[in-house]
Amino acid sequence: MTCEITRDPIKIEEIYQKVVRRDAGAVTTFVGTVRELTHGKKTLYLDYEAYESMALKKMEQIVEEMKERWPVIEVAMAHRIGRLEITDIAIAIAVSAPHRPEAYEANRYALERVKEMVPIWKKEHWEDGEEWVGNQQGTKEYVTGKPEEGDLLE
Amino acid sequence: MNKIMLFAQLKEDMGKSSMEVVAAGKTVGELRAFLEKETSLGSLDGIMIAVNEEFAKDEWIIEEKDEIALIPPVSGG
Repeated sequence: MTCEITRDPIKIEEIYQKVVRRDAGAVTTFVGTVRELTHGKKTLYLDYEAYESMALKKMEQIVEEMKERWPVIEVAMAHRIGRLEITDIAIAIAVSAPHRPEAYEANRYALERVKEMVPIWKKEHWEDGEEWVGNQQGTKEYVTGKPEEGDLLE
Repeated sequence: MNKIMLFAQLKEDMGKSSMEVVAAGKTVGELRAFLEKETSLGSLDGIMIAVNEEFAKDEWIIEEKDEIALIPPVSGG
């Protein structure tokens, strides 16, 4: 499986092994972890929720986009859902390529696209309350980008 | 009837993860207006609507048995 949504801890080595191959001279791994402080506010833990079938479909779509743009790469990614503690891995993305430029560029592209259009949500549990991120009262907007024109049925 | 799936804040606000609505024949835009008027979901400003696991434009026409989901701003990664 190229893309995965899991409730279990993500093992970087497993994601990495999915893209290792003889003709790759570069493997980039991105690991997104749960941060304790955001603008001085302390997070206790996070809850991630997904529209799983659609999220997987969108992750696979991102992989297709990447392979169209960088035909030489291999990709694997996993997103964890459920309750995550500080420093837990929320997402891991591995990209292998014959040379490093493609591996770096494609990996960054993958994460930016995940943040734009994969239906996964996180709820921050602060010391003094809780909040679904991106859906704060009065600011119901896509804050980290949003699905682009080409992502819409029409 | 069409199943409308709810997530994150919307799911919590409504106390359930889905609702049944007759949406076939409506456009996505009409469904949005209907839900805002006839349910307690409130304003759906900034909420995307997905039809059969694809984001849909307001002009998209919903069919019988289409699976619909209200997609609040995503925050994965």
